[in-house]
Amino acid sequence: MLAQRFTQQSARRLLTNQPTLSRFAPPVAFAVNRSLPQARHVAFQPSSPVETTPAKSSDAYTILAAQRRQRPVSPHLLIYRPQITWYISGLNRITGSLLSGGFYIFGAAYLASPLFGWHLESASMAEWFGGLNSIVKGGIKFAIAMPFCFHSWNGVRHLVWDTGREFSNRQVQVTGWIVVGVSVVSASVLAFLV
Amino acid sequence: MAALRTYTSRLLASTLRHASRPAIATRNYATVEPISATAEAMSATQPPVPPKKTSTIEESGQSPEARTKTFHIYRWSPDTPSEKPKMQSYTLDLNKTGPMMLDALIRIKNEVDPTLTFRRSCREGICGSCAMNIDGVNTLACLCRNPTDTSHEARIYPLPHTYVVKDLVPDLTQFYKQYKSIKPYLQRETKSEDGLENRQSPADRKKLDGLYECILCACCSTSCPSYWWNSEEYLGPAVLLQSYRWLADSRDEHKAERKAMLDNSMSLYRCHTILNCSRTCPKGLNPGKAIAEIKKTMAFT
Repeated sequence: MLAQRFTQQSARRLLTNQPTLSRFAPPVAFAVNRSLPQARHVAFQPSSPVETTPAKSSDAYTILAAQRRQRPVSPHLLIYRPQITWYISGLNRITGSLLSGGFYIFGAAYLASPLFGWHLESASMAEWFGGLNSIVKGGIKFAIAMPFCFHSWNGVRHLVWDTGREFSNRQVQVTGWIVVGVSVVSASVLAFLV
Repeated sequence: MAALRTYTSRLLASTLRHASRPAIATRNYATVEPISATAEAMSATQPPVPPKKTSTIEESGQSPEARTKTFHIYRWSPDTPSEKPKMQSYTLDLNKTGPMMLDALIRIKNEVDPTLTFRRSCREGICGSCAMNIDGVNTLACLCRNPTDTSHEARIYPLPHTYVVKDLVPDLTQFYKQYKSIKPYLQRETKSEDGLENRQSPADRKKLDGLYECILCACCSTSCPSYWWNSEEYLGPAVLLQSYRWLADSRDEHKAERKAMLDNSMSLYRCHTILNCSRTCPKGLNPGKAIAEIKKTMAFT
């Protein structure tokens, strides 16, 4: 124990007394990989020096920057536990984009239809839709009604939040599932009963 | 005792070394520029090598009645930067392990693999050092019970979407800089009547409950998808909770200035009320509510 301490301390003293070695002490050791253990290695076995290049302290920034460029970003989306909080938020964003994107695309296509001879006017659309079988009809209606209902009801939830209410973890979960339930019911009504 | 002794001698040696070193060689922390888009692109997320493709390091000396549990832990070392991050598996006998995840990690480090790196200090949820992603949720390892069900395999990652320094140690430089940017201290010019204390009524003091307890562990900020994508500009839930702590303080006199700092599209309004923050807070605080209160204050006063 004592002997170990002695060697450790003498090694450190050697490190402090030799300016070339102390250059590798913490500040630069932080920047240059494994330079501290190397320096210690030299201190323990002076007969077999390890090849090192002295780093200037002015280089510390560039070395650190180069090293930091190699760092990975820790995993996020794929490892975070599925929770109603962020899943509903993501769905709200996606359904909003689909609805507004669909609206703009259809609007632009409607404007451009006379140029290309497309038939997008209500009468021909209704005729085309009427010709489909009932399962496909219901499917298409539900596929449009579901994002619409979900986005609308979740919008109400956001308006409530904006007043500073319903923020406890339990309330967030309950209102989240209520939105899911109400959306499915109202979308089904719109798709199959209206 | 032996460990204590070597630690003291090491401490002594390091102070000696510092005293004798010329001023130019003293510790100089490099400052970081704001993380640029290029840096982001160059160090995009690398999914770790899955545990199936890595080895399992088993605890030695298993007894027949051992309750062996597997832990998959994210590993990446700056010494071998070109190597992909990987999920290293370890097994531990739960009979010899303490009840918390931190106990398991410390046991792995002490008895199985000393190269495993993580931050820890108080082991009682006060310091916020051991924040990490355990089984998909950000929490403090010291407050997270280790399920005794041995069929459950624990997966431990560093805080999500952070730069990894090593293994489970994230780089929180940006987080701390953002905290500094909100001026987290009392700002007032007028002296109190007796010139000794800035007093406030019990009712005003009560407004700070649920805000001052935050330990800045960064669990909430790194659970926020909005913060994942905009951490350069969006302050994130933890820092906004702190910001509200000063906005709600009756003694602070720079409220207008504080509000003006938040009045842009990024700092505050990147909060889309996702509420992962409140869900994950290991101290049971509600950053989402605090942000909503800031938004109300901004809109109505």
